Amino acid sequence: MKGRFGKFGGQYVPETLMNALIELEEEFESAIKDEEFLETYRYYLREYSGRPTPLYYAENLTQTLGGAKIYLKREDLNHTGAHKINNVLGQILLAKRIGKKRIIAETGAGQHGVATATGAAKFGMECEVFMGEEDVQRQSLNVFKMKLLGAKVTPVKTGTKTLKDAVNEAIRNWVANVDTTFYVMGSVVGPHPYPTMVRDFQRVIGDEARSQILEKEGRLPDYVMACVGGGSNSMGIFYPFIEDKNVKLIGVEAGGLGIESGKHAATFYGGSTGVLHGMMTYILQDEEGQILPVYSISAGLDYPGVGPEHAYLKESGRAEYVYATDQEALDAFMALSKIEGIIPALESAHAIAYATKLAPTLGKDKIMIVNLSGRGDKDVGIVSKFMGVNL
Amino acid sequence: MNRINEKFSHLKSNQQKALITFVTAGDPDAETTVKIIDGMEEAGTDIVEIGIPYSDPLADGPTIQSSSIRALKNGIKIPIIMDMVKEIRKYSEIPLVFLVYYNSIFKYGMDEFLEESKRSGIDGIIIPDLPMEERNEISEMMRKKDIILIPLVAPTSRERVRDIVKNADGFVYCVSINGVTGAREKIGTDLKSYMDSVASFTNIPRAIGFGISNAAMIREVKDYCDGVIVGSAIINVISKYDDNSEMLENLKKFVSDLKSGLSEVKI
Ligand SMILES: Cc1ncc(COP(=O)(O)O)c(C=O)c1O
Repeated sequence: MKGRFGKFGGQYVPETLMNALIELEEEFESAIKDEEFLETYRYYLREYSGRPTPLYYAENLTQTLGGAKIYLKREDLNHTGAHKINNVLGQILLAKRIGKKRIIAETGAGQHGVATATGAAKFGMECEVFMGEEDVQRQSLNVFKMKLLGAKVTPVKTGTKTLKDAVNEAIRNWVANVDTTFYVMGSVVGPHPYPTMVRDFQRVIGDEARSQILEKEGRLPDYVMACVGGGSNSMGIFYPFIEDKNVKLIGVEAGGLGIESGKHAATFYGGSTGVLHGMMTYILQDEEGQILPVYSISAGLDYPGVGPEHAYLKESGRAEYVYATDQEALDAFMALSKIEGIIPALESAHAIAYATKLAPTLGKDKIMIVNLSGRGDKDVGIVSKFMGVNL
Repeated sequence: MNRINEKFSHLKSNQQKALITFVTAGDPDAETTVKIIDGMEEAGTDIVEIGIPYSDPLADGPTIQSSSIRALKNGIKIPIIMDMVKEIRKYSEIPLVFLVYYNSIFKYGMDEFLEESKRSGIDGIIIPDLPMEERNEISEMMRKKDIILIPLVAPTSRERVRDIVKNADGFVYCVSINGVTGAREKIGTDLKSYMDSVASFTNIPRAIGFGISNAAMIREVKDYCDGVIVGSAIINVISKYDDNSEMLENLKKFVSDLKSGLSEVKI
């Protein structure tokens, strides 16, 4: 069925948006088959964002852990410091093609907001970013960056004042300005065609990683691992490996203070099927379908839902989903900084955390790719606070 | 005959149009909501829309969002709302419609929700985040239970209107503007051509909602439709007064004023 991954996905939105979604789907389907569009997209990925990103053999980490060989896909080396720009460049070029001059976006950690503001500056578009008031405070550096780039940052004061509410507000703004505005969704979430479109703009991560590992090792990896907020960096790296049945795909969610504490954002632990932000997927909700407040030290993973294609991969058993707690992510954040000289984003540190648990249990002949979705500059304030250090 | 259809045919035979008013269940509390509905009926409301509060109401502006949050904080739950409806049905035949987001129904269990709605005395359901692409399953179940699924059309719907209103019953909810709910000062949309285009696809009554906030606005839009829906403006009155009896008095005045805007039929 159109826009469905098994029973997940769909388009649960106000009628006002339906023709815009249909138009978006048609434009996307024609663009993604249009060599000229793809050439332009690849041009900006290469010349503006600096792709391809390296697949880096983390020798020190591998030796310290004494197990599987660990490769890091260096999405942190993208322009603006995370994988988010891959998707933003695709969507902004699409907005241009449709003829929209105003773009809006939601952001949690601020990485997608910064990437969108960057694209808007580059392509001369008006840009408004919706961000939960709590995240505005947690990620003040990124707020300042967005403003420098010329975007308007609108703090969202409703609900839990985090990413979920920023998405609500962006959708409401889109409803009111649907004729003039293009909504640049930041992850593989939302109504069809967003989950598919964002995946297709992020699959470059996996396409590169697959050919890089074949070149370096002459074979496919045993494991591919990535953190899961909405699920775009993970879907991007998983997708090209889905048909490679011997490659295990592992998504790492945010375990916050632990599942038992109730303060977490691990949708597959305690979540159930429901509808949020226009999609049917796994969500954290109470028995009457009210969305529960979620928590993670990392603003980018602090989301009560997950992309519908992940829900499908989970139910079909093709991918496995685990979680890492705040503390485990912080430990991994420190470890990667000290051992490899790479400061990861707190989001990405969740994937590193699980990798450091799994690698020592595996033989040295095993190969694992961990997606390093972003760099940690934006998080040093939070981490220093956690360590009790005043900057 | 379903109470909604009965109401519209009665109004039509008297050359009148419907006043449809909205209230959030449980704001400020369930008992008061019942009194509010009684008061609105007394003051001339023809149909009442009962909003089931939801944590993430995508189609609603700040007024109804805050109202929903207040109700949820007060512990409102679907079974309490069903009991409220049953209570009202003991003495009133006013058509009652739920305004409910899809996830509330889905999570509760579609069959249980519809069965309890029917048993309580609900006549119709509006689901603001369920476009026609997603409605087949529930609309089939509702048809069997004689609960009307009220379709929504928007100014952006254009050619979609034809399929949206196909086999529709009750009335068509015509969203007046591109935007979320909330009291507004004026409606920018070219209502005449919009409402004419809806009429070209269906003979069932058309009600305009979103943004309508006073009798003057009702006078402006009433010639284009068979009914008007007032939501946020009602909530604004309800939330303005701390004292319940003062609130109810003012609400009744407000509703009869809205009604007066509607009843001045042009000869
Ligand atoms: C560096 C980084 N990684 C991961 C995420 C989580 O998003 P997703 O699961 O869509 O990749 C974010 C979101 O802000 C991020 O900034």
